Formats: sequence, structure tokens, C-alpha cells
Amino acid sequence: MTTVRTPDPPVAWDTPVRARRRDRPPGRRRKSRPEAFAFLTPWLLGAVALTVGPMVVSLYLSFTDYDLFTSPKWVGFGNFAHMVTDDDRYLQSVKVTLIYVLVSVPLKLTVSLLVAMLLNTRRGGGGFYRAAFYAPSLLGASVAAALVWRALFMGGGPVNEVLASVGWHTPSWVDDPRFSLASIVLLGVWQFGAPMVIFLAGLKQIPAELHEAAAIDGAGAVRRFRHITLPMLSPVIFFNLVMEAIHAFQAFTPAFVIGGGRGGPADADLFYTLYLFEVGFQDFRMGYASAMAWVLLAVIAIVTAIVFKTAKLWVFYDDAGERR
Amino acid sequence: MTVLPRSARSAAWHVLCLVIVAVVLYPLVWLAFASVKPPDEILSRLSLLPTRFVFDGYTKGWEGAADVGFGCFFLNSFLVAGLSVAANVFSCSLAAFAFARLNFRFRGALFAFMITTLMLPYHVTLIPQYVIFQQAGLVNTFVPLILPKLLATEAFFVFLIVQFMRGIPRELDEAAIIDGCSVYRTFWHVVLPLSKPALVTTSIFTFIWTWNDFFTQMVYLNDTEKFTVPLGLRLFVDTSSESNFGAMFAMSALALVPIVLFFLAFQRLLVEGVSTSGLKG
Repeated sequence: MTTVRTPDPPVAWDTPVRARRRDRPPGRRRKSRPEAFAFLTPWLLGAVALTVGPMVVSLYLSFTDYDLFTSPKWVGFGNFAHMVTDDDRYLQSVKVTLIYVLVSVPLKLTVSLLVAMLLNTRRGGGGFYRAAFYAPSLLGASVAAALVWRALFMGGGPVNEVLASVGWHTPSWVDDPRFSLASIVLLGVWQFGAPMVIFLAGLKQIPAELHEAAAIDGAGAVRRFRHITLPMLSPVIFFNLVMEAIHAFQAFTPAFVIGGGRGGPADADLFYTLYLFEVGFQDFRMGYASAMAWVLLAVIAIVTAIVFKTAKLWVFYDDAGERR
Repeated sequence: MTVLPRSARSAAWHVLCLVIVAVVLYPLVWLAFASVKPPDEILSRLSLLPTRFVFDGYTKGWEGAADVGFGCFFLNSFLVAGLSVAANVFSCSLAAFAFARLNFRFRGALFAFMITTLMLPYHVTLIPQYVIFQQAGLVNTFVPLILPKLLATEAFFVFLIVQFMRGIPRELDEAAIIDGCSVYRTFWHVVLPLSKPALVTTSIFTFIWTWNDFFTQMVYLNDTEKFTVPLGLRLFVDTSSESNFGAMFAMSALALVPIVLFFLAFQRLLVEGVSTSGLKG
């Protein structure tokens, strides 16, 4: 069997180690090196003390009432029951976050793919455009960018004024429950640069001959996109989809800043992580916050699993036959 | 298909790209100009250019809030980000070398575990971590912000460096070891120098992410004189009366300067790094 070649950007995270082990002829096992554990010491300490240990503790805390000052009190599934039956703000935060993920992720991926296709040419200046489009991906996560966003979408801010000049009079976006979340979605989409760069790298892997051959056979641009670009790009789409969804579920800074620190008008910007922060670090209901964190983990795990499961149906690899 | 002359199509392409550039960069340009506008013009006039340039925002903003100057916030941010970079490069490259180059028991399982932690939402470990640091009396210090990096909890960077080290020809370090080099010397003198691009990428992203980080810093820092730049900016959110706008936007603009400088200096490397490793900004 040949080495499994992973399509370039979306690296199959676990293949290289395994592939190498399988490639190695039997009887020529490389010597195990005990020094490895010296190199791993910081990481192992971190994994035990700051990841696995805390995970176990947080799972325990999620079944308790804990205010940080008195010892945790076991409440069984009380926290989880409270979430779904008794806590309107929790349900609101779930709703806000789901809307955000379901709207911003597809929108961001569409924009980034379209722009990547636009940049996928040999014309000069591509490097400049690519850099310019990428800049918001680095700046956008900051408080400063969120403050700018708030001002842009405020009553009397540039967005309002421009819309008013074409006859669409909108209220102050950030202060109106109907518009506030939309402004945060737009802030997310503005950061389309990171997935765009990854799409661009994927597009460059598609052999030009495929498009040329299809064009000679009479396939128009739409058909070539549908039958060549999309399938060839599907591993990259898959990677971007998973990463963007995981990121979107955890969005915090824009919601905090644009919503004025309290979830915005009528809790319209009450993102899941924002409510978790409030519950844990303002109300000191650490048990409840832990339970919320575990629900978030479960949801992210389920969504990722669904994407991975359905991947068989729509993700195509060159070396499909060779994969597990 | 319409056949336009090559030059016309190229011109149309550039126009389209420039329009997108204008839309994408507008908020940043707007910020730059807003920071030098007289306060009453920031929201009331649509024009980007101010009628007159005013630098009051910078002087007023630099004075900071609650008797702590913005210079202090910047120093704190540079300290936290600088130490985070050093800690991350150190610990992640060590772990990455073991995963990429050495054979040891449980390597597959540990590697798989490391990859899984990539997807773990930070919030799951947050509260027990907070309790640990609180018990140790380390809340309201920089330790909770830096120690996790010293212990390589940012799996993304371990993974990034592993991927890079795999590309370095194996013969090099195998030869060094056969020639009698210890594993440690091989790491230090052979593999590490060759991994420089990955280490630089790690440094840049660690710096920018730490600089932008708001959540962790807000959780762990309480005293105003310990505040970092994002927390300093947040003070303006709490008191967002229009009179403060000039100072707020001036400091917001300053807060973005280090990232913009990094970006301009390493733009090529950053963008390449993203496309080959799947890093997110």
C-alpha cells in the first residue's frame, strides 16, 4: 500500500501516524525511545492538570450546586432539568446561538468560496487582494473591532445613514432586538478571509485540464462548478464547515461588546457563552455553568459527528478506495 | 459565452476586487479617521474625512480610566503576549518533536487524545481551572494566562509543529543519532533550527490571539492596574456616553496597531501558514 496522501489543506488528522506504522515492514520496528517522555513532560502535565482533571471535576460539578465558597451540593440532574424547564434566558441563549451558527456559517462559507474563486486566477495583484481580505480575520476577534462595529451600526452611524439615503429607514441596529443579532452575523461574515485562504489553496489543487476538458465537451460555467469544482473541493468545504461551526458555537467577544455586556436589547444578543459567563462569574453558580459547558460540548460533538457521518455522502477524496 | 477582450476582462476583475477591498477595509479606515475627528462629528457626519483633525482622543484616551493610564494596559498586554509566545513555542515544540520524531509507548493514543482536545470547547475546563487558580491564590495575576501555555494546552500549535516536522527528511536526525548525537542534541541542533517557519507561525498566531483574547483575561484579572488592552477598552463600553467616543476610538485604533504591524511584516507567511495548516485567524 502506498502512503496515504491527504488532500493538502484539510489534513486528515490521524492518518500520518497510523499510515507510517502500517507502512513499516514487520520486524523492523523503530526502537522505542524513553527520552520521548522528557519531551512530553510539559504537555503531559498540562493534559492531566489542566485538561483531563478539570474535565472530570467539571463533569462532577455539573451535577451540583457550587458557589465557589461553600462545598458543592449534589443535585443530580437538577441543573439540566432547570435549563429546559425553568430558565427562559437559557433557552433564549440557545436560540440566539443556533440562529447565529445556522445563518453566519453558511453565509461566511459562501462568501469565502465566491471570493476565493474570484482570486483563483493568474492575474497580477492577487497577493494584495488576498492579504487585504484576510486582514479582518485577525482583527475581527478583538474588542476594538467590535467597538467599531457597534458604532457603525448605531443609530446615526454610517450603516443607518447609507440605508436611509436609499430610502430604507432602519432603527439603531444594535439597540433593536430585530436587527441586533444581524449586525453580529455581519461581523462574523466580515471575517471571511481565513476560510477563503483555505478554499484558495484547495482550488489551486484542482487540475486546470479538468475544466478545459469539460469546457470542450460543452459544459458551461455553472455545470463545471457543480460537477468539478464542488466535488473536488468537498474535503476543503468539509474542513471549513467543521472549523467554522465549532468557532461559531463559541463566539463571545462580539456578543459581549455589541450587546453592551448584558446580552443586548431584550436579550437578542445573549449568546450561549455570554450567558455561561454571567451564570458562572457574575452569579457564581459554578455548578450550573459547568452543566452548561457540558451541554455545549455535547452539542459540538453531535454536530461534528453528524458532519463526519454525512461526509461519506458528499466528500470525495482522490484516493477514496485506499481510505479506511 | 460573451467574448470580451482580455484587457477589458482583466480591468473588470480588478474593479470588482477593489470594490470588495473597499467594503472589507471600510470599517478599519472609518476607525482611523474617527479617531482624529472632533467628538461631535464621529456619528453625525457621514463623511470619512474630518472637517479638522483633532488628537484629543489620543491624549484623553491615553490617560486611561480609574487613575490607570492606557500605557499600563499596553505594557500588561505586551508582557502577557510576550511570555505566552515564549511559553508556547517552548512547550509545543518539545511535545511536537516527541510526536513527530520519536517512537514511544502509547504514542498513537496520546496523539489521538491531543487531536481530540483541538475540538474541546474551552468552557468545559474553565471552571475547574478557575477553582484551581483561585485556591492557589493566583487569580488576579498573569499566571493563569501564561501557565496553560507553558504546559502546551494549545493543541493547535503542537499539531502545527508536528505537521511541519514531518516534512523534514528523517535521514537527517537518524544520521545524527547514529553518529552519536543524543536525542536532546538532535532536537536542539538539527530539528529545531529546521522548524523555524513553523515556530515563527506559532509565535505570530500566539501573539495575535493572546493580544485579542478577551474572555480569559476578563475572567482572571480584577484590578484595573492588571488590565490588558481589551479590558481597558471595555471600560469605555461601560461608560459609553458620546463624550467618550473620541478616546474610545483613539485607543481602539492603537490597540489594533501591533496586529497590523505584525500582519504587514509577516503577511506572506501568515497567509501561507493558514492555507497549509488550516489555522484560523
